[in-house]
Amino acid sequence: MKARNFRYIRPASLTHAYRILADAGGDAVPVAGGQSLLAGLNMRLSAPKLLVDIGNLKELSGQSQSNGVVRLGALTRHSDLLRSDLVGKHLPLLIQAAPHIGHVAIRNRGTLGGSLAYADPAAELPACTVAMEATLILGSIAGEREVKAEDFFKGLFETDLRPGELIVAVKVPATPSGISVGFAELSRRHGDFALVGLAAVVAMQRDRIDKARLVYFGCADRAKVAKTISAAIAGLAVPLPDTSSFQAVIHQDLSPDDTPGLRADTRLHMATVLTRRVLNSLSERAAA
Amino acid sequence: MSAIAPSSTGIGARVPRLELKRLVSGHGRYIDDIKLPRMLHACFVRSPHPHAKIVSIDIEVAKQAPGVAAVLTAADINPKCEPFIGVALHRPGHRSAPQSLLAADRAVWQGQPVAVVVAESRAEAEDAAELVAIEWEPLPVVGDQMQAIAPGTPAIHPELPDNVAFDFSLERGQPAQAFAEADFVIEEELRFERQMAMTLEARGLIADFDPSEGSLTVIHAHQSPFQMQDVFSRHLHIPEHKVRVVAPDIGGAFGMKLNIHVDEIATVVASMVLGRPVKFCVDRLESFVSDAQARDHRIKCRIALKKTGEITAMEMDDISAVGAYGMPLRFNVAEGMMAITITGAPYSFENYKARTRSVYVNKNLIGMYRGVGMPLACIATELLTDLAADKLGIDTVEFKRRTYRPKSSLPCVTPGGQRLETVSFHECLEKLVALIDYDALREEQRDLRQRGVFRGLGIATFCEQTAYGPPYYGPSGAPISTQDGCTLRLEPSGSIRCITSLTDQGQGTLTGIAQIIASSVGVSIDQVSVVGGDSSISPYGGGAWASRGMAIGGEAALRAGTMLKQNILSLAGTITQNSAAALDITDGQVVNTQTGQTVISLADVGRIGYFRQDTLPPDHDVQLSVSASFVANDKLYYMANGVQASYVEVDCETGFIKVLGQWAVDDCGRVINPLLVDEQVRGGIVQGIGAVLYEECIYSEDANLLNGTMADYLVPMADEMPDIIVAHIETPEASTRLGAKGIGEAGLIGAMGSVWVAVNDALKPFGAKVLHQPFTPERVLDSLARARTSSRTPETAQQSAGR
Amino acid sequence: MTERHRIGDEDVAIEATLNGKPLKRHVKARQHLADFLRQELELTGTHLGCEHGICGACTILIDGHTARGCLTLAAQISGKSVDTIEGLSESGKLAELQKEFIARNAAQCGFCSSGMLLTAYELISSGETVSRAEIREVLSGNLCRCTGYHAIVDAVEAVSAKSAKASKGGRS
Repeated sequence: MKARNFRYIRPASLTHAYRILADAGGDAVPVAGGQSLLAGLNMRLSAPKLLVDIGNLKELSGQSQSNGVVRLGALTRHSDLLRSDLVGKHLPLLIQAAPHIGHVAIRNRGTLGGSLAYADPAAELPACTVAMEATLILGSIAGEREVKAEDFFKGLFETDLRPGELIVAVKVPATPSGISVGFAELSRRHGDFALVGLAAVVAMQRDRIDKARLVYFGCADRAKVAKTISAAIAGLAVPLPDTSSFQAVIHQDLSPDDTPGLRADTRLHMATVLTRRVLNSLSERAAA
Repeated sequence: MSAIAPSSTGIGARVPRLELKRLVSGHGRYIDDIKLPRMLHACFVRSPHPHAKIVSIDIEVAKQAPGVAAVLTAADINPKCEPFIGVALHRPGHRSAPQSLLAADRAVWQGQPVAVVVAESRAEAEDAAELVAIEWEPLPVVGDQMQAIAPGTPAIHPELPDNVAFDFSLERGQPAQAFAEADFVIEEELRFERQMAMTLEARGLIADFDPSEGSLTVIHAHQSPFQMQDVFSRHLHIPEHKVRVVAPDIGGAFGMKLNIHVDEIATVVASMVLGRPVKFCVDRLESFVSDAQARDHRIKCRIALKKTGEITAMEMDDISAVGAYGMPLRFNVAEGMMAITITGAPYSFENYKARTRSVYVNKNLIGMYRGVGMPLACIATELLTDLAADKLGIDTVEFKRRTYRPKSSLPCVTPGGQRLETVSFHECLEKLVALIDYDALREEQRDLRQRGVFRGLGIATFCEQTAYGPPYYGPSGAPISTQDGCTLRLEPSGSIRCITSLTDQGQGTLTGIAQIIASSVGVSIDQVSVVGGDSSISPYGGGAWASRGMAIGGEAALRAGTMLKQNILSLAGTITQNSAAALDITDGQVVNTQTGQTVISLADVGRIGYFRQDTLPPDHDVQLSVSASFVANDKLYYMANGVQASYVEVDCETGFIKVLGQWAVDDCGRVINPLLVDEQVRGGIVQGIGAVLYEECIYSEDANLLNGTMADYLVPMADEMPDIIVAHIETPEASTRLGAKGIGEAGLIGAMGSVWVAVNDALKPFGAKVLHQPFTPERVLDSLARARTSSRTPETAQQSAGR
Repeated sequence: MTERHRIGDEDVAIEATLNGKPLKRHVKARQHLADFLRQELELTGTHLGCEHGICGACTILIDGHTARGCLTLAAQISGKSVDTIEGLSESGKLAELQKEFIARNAAQCGFCSSGMLLTAYELISSGETVSRAEIREVLSGNLCRCTGYHAIVDAVEAVSAKSAKASKGGRS
């Protein structure tokens, strides 16, 4: 499983990277953490001609906060999320999600930008950014633009990134105190891709759900707000006694395919169970 | 078992393995770490189709690719090798099509090699392999065993009448009558999906043919260098004394690296064609479609009982899909044969009927993998007896106490034909019951059920055939030796060097041998070095398989150690003018047994024996190097046994299963090194848990492998595995001095049984059964859904469970 | 294909620190770090089990943190420090772990051991006592097919307890 030949270049600056990507067009791919890309290259799943190593660019690094918004550079490693005081203080959903991303060695190298650009529908971070109403800053030789996370994920492994464009940073509003977050996933082994997962940001009124923002992964084609389920549970008191409040409508938001060893109906059933469990765990936090 | 002087590093001592310092500091030397001068690298082009005609192969572009030395196809490779026919001569009706190394006009399994690229590096070989252009014409696929035997399904191999490789039945007593007259009959259908051994290090070898003298050296990550010496010599027509096979450090084997893999043999032929060393290391993706695989059975089984609790009969009907060919030498009818002959062995009953059919499908070959058919026998037996106990309203442990073959009935032959001699079913069971605090676990299970938490406790007994002897392979025609031996040498400076025919892939066999030598000669283990796995320098032997290292190779080492000691004492006596009978060796010193005084050191014996023979009487014949081998000519196997318990929790909403605890009480005869034995059991247990809960090769209906990566084929990792407690009973093998039986497979066999029973125990309140391995969450949920559609409620189910 | 379009095994110049010593080499663009260590530098203690990042056999340290050698290009380590089993072993940093591994037979075939030890080392280096559950979670990215993990967890637990004790000034 040796990769095919390619050229490698390490741009000196972000501007340099933009220029290389613009010139090379579809022949070039950026590499940061490489945890997904290199596995694919080793398996000869793709044949890029040029790898552009953006993994050391200062312009993409670092975490900062201003005016209630945390800015995470695209090169923020998953393990950085867990070590960051800013994230620990202001973005509790990410603290809950990050330990589920692969394993330690993967988290030490894999990046936030890489995960979002790859847009694996079974990945944790795309779902979290949508749940937290984050905004992505995208840059290219044409300049920068901002796209809301919920508009960024367009389809299976498909994003709004234009040719030559990179994710520069992600702006995440700090989770206000009083907002509850919930996160869970079902995976066969710790660190495996989720069979079903749920990232939830919920405004509670005592033990009642006021407004919920539920984003599933592992059982949807992309990270998006599950609008029907989120609406169906509004006003309900947790703990929910059963799943009757949303069981009938879950298929309107989630329509997974049959996969080897796991049928769509089983996956939907698991998503239903997971939803109840995540929502019921919120009540503990709201009360605490 | 004869008395052997106890020592702190000898037999029975808990000494760490001698190799570990090297292996844990990154100094292991595995096959891919080794380079030879002018060595080339091979990469195989494989069939992407399970069954397809090769219309054309164009290698011209590939041949021109950078770094390529050759691109070889069937026309280049096959004529140089005698085809393999994987049939056991003593099994009437066993048939297989002959198997050549590369597919010539047709591929019959996905992954079958078609061409081999040999290049300066593996990367360049892979680049060139992509340039080999093959035109395929897909053919109809035989995907599973039911399709294979369905009327109208064509035979995969036109030279065979159908797809049945082997069809064997046995019957003892009056099973039909017993079933007819039974008060209860419990019948179940069990399914076992195909799985992989998944060694962390994939297969590999370096073939080094020297054209100047027509000799072949193969550095081979293989469990049996002698087997391969024979295979290379016989099939490639190289005189046997010019073939040398050496095993390097091996990163896990578990039986998989015992099989014949045609891509390995083809690599040797490539070396012969090119006259240069050729390395072939399988990569992980490739391993999924090329390694010999395991299991893939459908079993119907049933048990007949009287309401008094007596088992009156059992029946097994097994169909096994063994792939496209019979496995050469390591016949893949073995899983089915063991499954049906070992089922029921621990229990008293005399009426038995069984049938096994091995059938051909368009899949890779099934071969040897840890446990072979014994886990299947354990599962069928323990599931049925547990369900029987439940039906009778008897506690499962109590049922076993009553129905195990009593000690007084030994030795005996079971209805399946198993010879039981020094087994210890009751002792192991009682020790296990105490170890797990059985009553407390049952009480906890009851309490938690009231609260909607469903835990299961599974107890599984097993018998394990270990250390096969000549009657096993001899009549089959397979040139596999079941003896092992060692050469033992006193070094001039007084230390001991041993060259054993055994191999070690991590079990610790070589350390066990060192301990036996230490005990039998009378030295400390630091004075002993052991090397193994080189077919040119040790006595002929079998290597590592079927849990035989200590039982057979250890017995040979004991013999050699005893012989060497006698020779040392004879020389020491001559030198010091004592009678040899008055001397002994303790801690590397020759001592007078009467006075306890040291009379001479081993170093002085060695110095005089090798350099100063001029000081000895003319008639003293110095023999400070001895060789001994061992096999019991008439012994089919040594029967070991054990019992295990699993405590599991099933999340009935998601179908997820967690193993909370695992315990094993094992009787492998005399324990040479409790540390190594315990760890063998633990490792086997986790493989067993993996098999029951996680591992399967998932195929489409037309035999395309769908989960051929490590992300999709699930092996157990640390976070999901329980702590494992191991204890022992030691009932020595009576026929040898050492008294050791085998331990390598016990962990896996018992754990598969205990986890099967435990999961089904957890689901008893629902009247649900999971009988399709692995027990994926979906299979658990489906079984619960099926039970819900039946009329039983959880309450009535609980009542009839008698708990 | 013209010369302009054909990509050969391109060389990339790198400067890094390897096992504490400066390393200045030209590496092939497509060669991953594990292969570079093994093939070019003959540091074969880092092993390949899957080449897609799942099994952990190729685990090394980059800037003091574990990483998969198969999911890192050799070219990517320029400007970084890399530690392998050989370096950490020779420096004695793994001595306590190795001692416990050997005493408990927490290695059998040894193929996972390099990666397992480095992952354990990273965990122990935090200086805090870790529970068996935490150890299992951290090691969950290193496949061992031989030991069943129990002895490995025992070994890491023992070292963790010892080093936590030591950092508390020897008070129990």
